[in-house]
Amino acid sequence: MSDVSRSHLLSAPGALLESLGRRTVKGIGELGYACSLFVECFYWLLVGKQRRQAVRLSAIFQEAMTIGVNAALIASLLCFAVGIMLAIQGIETLRQFGAESTVIMGIAISITREFSPLIVSILVAGRSGSAITARIGTMQESQEIDALRVIGISPVRFLAAPILIGMLVMLPTLTILGDVMGILGGAVYTSLDLNINMAAYTQRTLDVLTADDIQQGLIKSVVFAAIIALVGLINGFQVSGGAEGVGKATTRSVVLSISFIILADMVFTYILNR
Amino acid sequence: MNTMEEFAIEVKHLVTYYGDRKVLDDINLSVRKGEIMVIMGGSGSGKSTLLRYLLGLNRPAAGVIRLLGKDITKLSTLEMHKLRKDMGVAFQGGALFGSMTVGENVELPLREHTKLDEKTIRIMSRMKLELVSLAGFESYMPAELSGGMIKRAALARAIVMDPKLLFFDEPSAGLDPVVAAELDDLILKLRQAMNMTIVVVTHELDSAFKIADRITVLDRGKILCIGTVDEVKNSNNDRVQDLLNRRPSSTEIDGEDYLRRLTL
Repeated sequence: MSDVSRSHLLSAPGALLESLGRRTVKGIGELGYACSLFVECFYWLLVGKQRRQAVRLSAIFQEAMTIGVNAALIASLLCFAVGIMLAIQGIETLRQFGAESTVIMGIAISITREFSPLIVSILVAGRSGSAITARIGTMQESQEIDALRVIGISPVRFLAAPILIGMLVMLPTLTILGDVMGILGGAVYTSLDLNINMAAYTQRTLDVLTADDIQQGLIKSVVFAAIIALVGLINGFQVSGGAEGVGKATTRSVVLSISFIILADMVFTYILNR
Repeated sequence: MNTMEEFAIEVKHLVTYYGDRKVLDDINLSVRKGEIMVIMGGSGSGKSTLLRYLLGLNRPAAGVIRLLGKDITKLSTLEMHKLRKDMGVAFQGGALFGSMTVGENVELPLREHTKLDEKTIRIMSRMKLELVSLAGFESYMPAELSGGMIKRAALARAIVMDPKLLFFDEPSAGLDPVVAAELDDLILKLRQAMNMTIVVVTHELDSAFKIADRITVLDRGKILCIGTVDEVKNSNNDRVQDLLNRRPSSTEIDGEDYLRRLTL
């Protein structure tokens, strides 16, 4: 009761400050939770077998199927479209300098370093991040998580670890697929517009691309994978308040993971290009 | 006989909080081996909270909870994991895993805790489904079952490891009287057949009086009385009689306190 009365007496800026403080503390708490969840997933992966709580390979495969394989078609399509878009814009801009053919390099580098990991992660965040939160949240609400714990099954090992591992494997895989499809999209448009044949385009692309370009994209995709899985999981595990709570958590999960992906992208682009 | 052998569950001075609010206050309770203990109380009395602590799902602020002689507030995760094999829990809504069939749900504890071969696991889980009259429903998904069937399937999963301790949360909530009565009979049958210690949390009076050896009445986080069915029925505590006779709560309003709350 004293808590309620105090917040009523506070002046508006005071209340604002209080709410800011509470949010900050909550945010730091969630960051800690995410870190411990990440560590615990790998703990079960490494020592689960000795403690008779192995992380099941079949569960990881199942997650990898829903997260990755089922998203492969739409991810290819999106990256292909982005490749075409880059080609159009690139040729348009470079024509002013009479350097249209350098568009090949521009496409190859921007797709592998930036667009493929970003587009793929945003797609997966919307597709699987929300599904993870909804699934875990519903299980939390129906006491299925409690049921796991009383049976003696760690929910982290049984539910979280397969999702995290599946995500960490599939997002880089999808990113490589996205690299290929994006460059292909650029190649199709460029070859039509500039009359370069596909073989020459491919050769030129392979000449300019370095291992570092691909690697940058892959490192980012691993970071994004961890973000999507952890944000999805902790929002799911923290659900309260019935069906409405699950809905809210799902929205929050998608918005947060996409925001974090873009912010992390900026930070990693800066670090990796120093 | 010393206390360790006599009691399956011993709770001493249990105090718990939800945020700043005290939910359970100095709970003392013991359940003998082979006994059916019913924990009764209105909504918000703390009975579901007490169950969560008995199950080791939350850590208490203070107090001792001894299950089968082991203090679960001090057990390591590994020892707790071992103890869980001797505990079965049927949750209020069943809490069957929606992504698995009824059969897989019942088999899960066996798969996780034993090294039995596939065939034995299947036979054992079918035996339990037979016991709760759900034979032939192994391949159904939980969503395809009625409320009463879900509770029975949850019970089958709870007893598949032949636990020494069985916890049952609101067995009759949301069921029609006939199905609820059948579940009561099933609980009695189980105790007779397997000599389990059973803790049932409920607010249904009929069901409580039918199955209980002893009843614990909980109110606002405190124990009002513990006793046999007759002792509870004859209790001269007003709150207990309110609960038994479905009388609205007769707490008097403190005028000054009331005014202060309104003008806050």
